[in-house]
Amino acid sequence: MTPPVLDITDLSATYMEDGRQLLALQHVNIRVQPGEFVCLIGPSGSGKSTLLDIISGLFAETHGTLAIDGKVLTPSQRPGATSYMRQRDLLMPWRNALENAALALEVHGYSPAEARDRAAARFEEFGLAGFEQSYPAQLSGGMRQRVAFLRTVLADRDLLMLDEPFGALDALNRAALQQWLVRMWEHQKQGVVMVTHDVDEAVFLADRVIVLSARPGTVVHEEIINLSRPRTRAMVTAPTFLAHRAVLLDALGLLEEVGV
Amino acid sequence: MSDRIARILGPVLLIVTLIAIWEIWVHLADTPRWMLPAPSDILESFRTDQQLLAKHTWVTLQEVLIGFGIALVAGILTGVAIDSSRIIERALYPLLIASQTIPMVVLAPLFLIWFGYGLLPKVLITALVAYFPLAVNTVDGLKSTDRELMKLLRSMGSTRWQMFRLAKAPSALPLIFSGARISVAFSVIGAVFGEFVGAKAGLGYLMDRSAPQFETPRVFACIVILAVMGVSLFLVVSLVERLALPWRRYVSES
Repeated sequence: MTPPVLDITDLSATYMEDGRQLLALQHVNIRVQPGEFVCLIGPSGSGKSTLLDIISGLFAETHGTLAIDGKVLTPSQRPGATSYMRQRDLLMPWRNALENAALALEVHGYSPAEARDRAAARFEEFGLAGFEQSYPAQLSGGMRQRVAFLRTVLADRDLLMLDEPFGALDALNRAALQQWLVRMWEHQKQGVVMVTHDVDEAVFLADRVIVLSARPGTVVHEEIINLSRPRTRAMVTAPTFLAHRAVLLDALGLLEEVGV
Repeated sequence: MSDRIARILGPVLLIVTLIAIWEIWVHLADTPRWMLPAPSDILESFRTDQQLLAKHTWVTLQEVLIGFGIALVAGILTGVAIDSSRIIERALYPLLIASQTIPMVVLAPLFLIWFGYGLLPKVLITALVAYFPLAVNTVDGLKSTDRELMKLLRSMGSTRWQMFRLAKAPSALPLIFSGARISVAFSVIGAVFGEFVGAKAGLGYLMDRSAPQFETPRVFACIVILAVMGVSLFLVVSLVERLALPWRRYVSES
């Protein structure tokens, strides 16, 4: 049996703020199977981004173990093991779309020319054909996000981590890109951990939604989403969708506040 | 396009008008040539002193280019060193600032004693004057690198060298270029200053020699050449910047 792409056991993390030690995450256990789409939701300050930083090796935990593809990795072994898309698109203004998409490949040792060739082969599929030579400043927000996502996918890792990839977009662009992401991923089948604070987005995209509590963040609920694939927009009004939504809002402690 | 013509035409018209007023004024007031030569007298000097001016221009240009070249290399290397380590930053930054507080007027005569009347002391003064803006702008440029971008590269498993090559150096280039534009203009001043203190050739030397002989048109000719030299070098740096950073155009537009 293939090992889980991500296996986090009893993980805790602290960070320093104004000279005080704050507990960001406490006894977190998360397992992601190959090809599984997991969404992480939780109130702000629940350590969702910290968790992604730990998985990608940018930040070290104080306790617990973390295995990627079945191998336990120390923090210094983690960079490059997964592919991480941070909140901002972080495209380099001095590189055109093609060169930006090819970035991770270059870091992983491909020659710039070969990295660009590989990236170019995927431009059509990502709806970016014809914009290879455009600089980020010439692209719309949605297109920039797609270039950033292509860069993340091209790194060719078993686990993708997406930190609120649609956070900066307006509602229309957001809906369009969610639709697009789910279609892309259904072909791709890499494991995904995506942080969001949008419950609808989580239910629409994920196989499983994990709810983290407020600080110190710990897993308070896991919801397996019983919606078939491929996902379509029509599903957002299905009774199953609404039931999942209600359970998750409840887990977040939001039901009373919004008066549902 | 017509916008562009208007933009160029404005300053040109202003300069032509000012020169015309100058010319007419000198003739009407009958100002002596040695006191204030008319633009036509300066033009005349360009013709009669052609070879003399060319020879000394070449000397000054050499000092400027070599001095600026040294400053460019040294400034960027210092900037990179300061950015690369806290310890080097603490050790080097105060020295860098201190180097600026020592007036050139004090250093120039010392250079004369140590290195004589040749090219070297002028090149050194030029380099010293041009060095500071380049070093400081390189440090600032490298520090301006987006921290989030550095985190992204780190999460990809980048080496330190890759982070420098892929993120830091390109982020620093715009500021390095603005430092270079300031420095290249300073370089011309530095070279002429060095020549004033003690030299056997160069435009500064020629001016220093021509003024006591009341060859005022020639002094003005030197000033014109220096102005043209400064502006041209500035434009060359700007042109290189445009070619090296084609993406900047789109960023400033948006």
